[in-house]
Amino acid sequence: MGSILRIIAQRLALGLLTLLIVSIVIFVSVNALPGDFAQAILGQGATPEAVEAFREDLGLNRPFLERYFTWLWDAVRLDFGTAFSQAQFAEFAGGAAGTGLGTVAEMLGPRFSNTMFLAGVTAVIAVPLSLMIGVLAALFRNSIFDRAANITTLTSISSPEFFLAYVLILLLAVMNPLLPSLSVINNDMSFSEALKVTLLPALTLTLVVTAHMMRMTRAAIINLLASPYIEMARLKGVSPMRVIVKHALPNALAPIINVIALNLAYLITGVVVIEVVFVYPGIGQLFVDAVKNRDIPVVQACCLIFAAAYILLNLTADIMSIISNPRLRHPK
Amino acid sequence: MNTFLTLLIAVAVCVPLGWVFRAGMQSVTSNAQKWRDMPLSVAWGYVLGAGILAWLAYTYYLAVTAERTPVDTYFFFRNAVHGFVIFAVAAWAFRLLGRHVGTEGTKKLFRSMPVTASFGILVILLYAIVSIFAGAIAPFGQEEVLANANVVPGGNPAVGGDPAYPLGTDQIGRDILSRLIYGAQNTVGIAFVTTLLAFFIGGSLGFLAATLQGTLDQVISRGVDVLMAIPALIFALLLMTIATVWANELGVNRTYFMVVIIAVIDSTRVFRLARAVGLNIVVMDYIEAAKLRGEGLGYLIFKEILPNATAPLLAEFGLRFCFVFLTIASLSFLGVGIQPPLADWGTMVKDLAQFINFAAFAPQVASAPLLAAGAIALLTVAVNFVVDWMLHKSSGLKE
Repeated sequence: MGSILRIIAQRLALGLLTLLIVSIVIFVSVNALPGDFAQAILGQGATPEAVEAFREDLGLNRPFLERYFTWLWDAVRLDFGTAFSQAQFAEFAGGAAGTGLGTVAEMLGPRFSNTMFLAGVTAVIAVPLSLMIGVLAALFRNSIFDRAANITTLTSISSPEFFLAYVLILLLAVMNPLLPSLSVINNDMSFSEALKVTLLPALTLTLVVTAHMMRMTRAAIINLLASPYIEMARLKGVSPMRVIVKHALPNALAPIINVIALNLAYLITGVVVIEVVFVYPGIGQLFVDAVKNRDIPVVQACCLIFAAAYILLNLTADIMSIISNPRLRHPK
Repeated sequence: MNTFLTLLIAVAVCVPLGWVFRAGMQSVTSNAQKWRDMPLSVAWGYVLGAGILAWLAYTYYLAVTAERTPVDTYFFFRNAVHGFVIFAVAAWAFRLLGRHVGTEGTKKLFRSMPVTASFGILVILLYAIVSIFAGAIAPFGQEEVLANANVVPGGNPAVGGDPAYPLGTDQIGRDILSRLIYGAQNTVGIAFVTTLLAFFIGGSLGFLAATLQGTLDQVISRGVDVLMAIPALIFALLLMTIATVWANELGVNRTYFMVVIIAVIDSTRVFRLARAVGLNIVVMDYIEAAKLRGEGLGYLIFKEILPNATAPLLAEFGLRFCFVFLTIASLSFLGVGIQPPLADWGTMVKDLAQFINFAAFAPQVASAPLLAAGAIALLTVAVNFVVDWMLHKSSGLKE
């Protein structure tokens, strides 16, 4: 038990270190703007005095390292500063510092939970579905079913997300009005209402991630079917379904869990495009808007959150595969 | 809810039907082994599959015979079936052609090819031809603003079409067919150049790291690790924010920045593969022999390592191209990719997307954005089919 905890602690420390370096990369690339933020935001027509005042306001005239550590320290305390697009508004409303209005954290909060909800609904649909299809494809390998599943998943894995999204909108929202094509979510919605609104984006994401998980499940199981103990089970007269579910699946669990975690990490990227298509009020949409408006504090914060989630899920995949494999759990 | 319930009942009804089907086949074939040992679940699968095929055939019958005015409900279904059949027949005919025409080597290649792979090769060839001769094929220029805006696709004057513009025109009056054709040149060409650049950077660094090892290898590998810890699309979006400002400042087209950014991000993945493949090769005896001969670094990399690493790198090239192509399409779709007025499929989908909502009243109108998105999907699917077949062939997997 002690060794597992040590391994987890080691990986966590490594993840934190990666996140720290990623934060440096993000900060450095944002600081590669020509001139600086102030010039970029105010435009070329701004008077030197205005630019100077803006720089003073944002603390841009302090040295680079000091700015980085201030930003990092604030980010650790979940204070991502004030969004440029909201800066004016917040001042009119009585000062950004007092009310917390217009701060990036304020904008991110509800959107973060929305995105998590979307990813959660997708995972709940996609993981059992892909496991089931993967096991069935392994059971009936080289049959018509296997080939059809193979071609369908290969097609959905290689189509762009927005193509799948628009096809689903066309079929399920416009031609047969079953689900809403725009995802309007607010706080007073009941769970079932929110679920209905989230279903279409979740289905699209399911199509995207199921393919990969299903193919890996099938490959992992088929890899094991040549092993002697499977042969033994077959000779014993165990039914094909039981061979796969009882004997092959538990041993194939490590790669499967790994792939599931990696695909959940992939969801984070996929979510950006899907949220834009469905106008879903999540982080992805906020990020794209911020990129277009060059709202630097929001871009930085979103990037950091995406990277943190990505690293965390990859870390989980790593730890899970170590825990499920005794040979890695007790290294020589 | 009703639709869902009907579906559930239909699926359930297939279970007794499957039992009847199996019992019937058993008595007809006097209990042949195949039917005797068939589990009920498999029989159910056969009946379900037959049911779905029958439903598709029935819907197609309705689609062909139904009246087409005023709203053609079966428009998409009919065209999807037609498209599928045409492509399937074309792929099959192409494979047949390949089996009888050409050198002994290509004939042999085509004989072992599944239809999906021949479909992939056919589509890739088509795209290559269209993108090279776009200027000669397209009826209008890609930036040409014509007199009529918002012409409906289909070329039927009764519903607002115009035979001169078979796929209609967009909101400011550019011919959609011409833009689709030029899109092949721009989108595919830019993705191809980006992938080449990514392979050049990642491949040479990877082989260099594998050959020299030591500190250089450590430095590059750790750098790549950090870059790979940020999701590719997110990192590309972050860098495009900055690149857009630079592009405005310098007066350069931001497309150039995009090519470099995506090439650098993707070269990290290429680096990983090239280094792994290279490490396996540098321990070979012939490398040792070449080193003892006193060959230089360039000779080692280009004459000894590269020829032995082409097979995995080629398959990776196909997959990387798909990734790059999809990333560029996504960036353009989000509005920060290829800069207008260059015709490009991602941007076209973004600009035309609102027409999807009119599909219930005039299905033709909604086909324009789907065609642009479908053009992207078709190429990536085709490349993936070919790569899948190549990997299957080279790995020698039989089961």
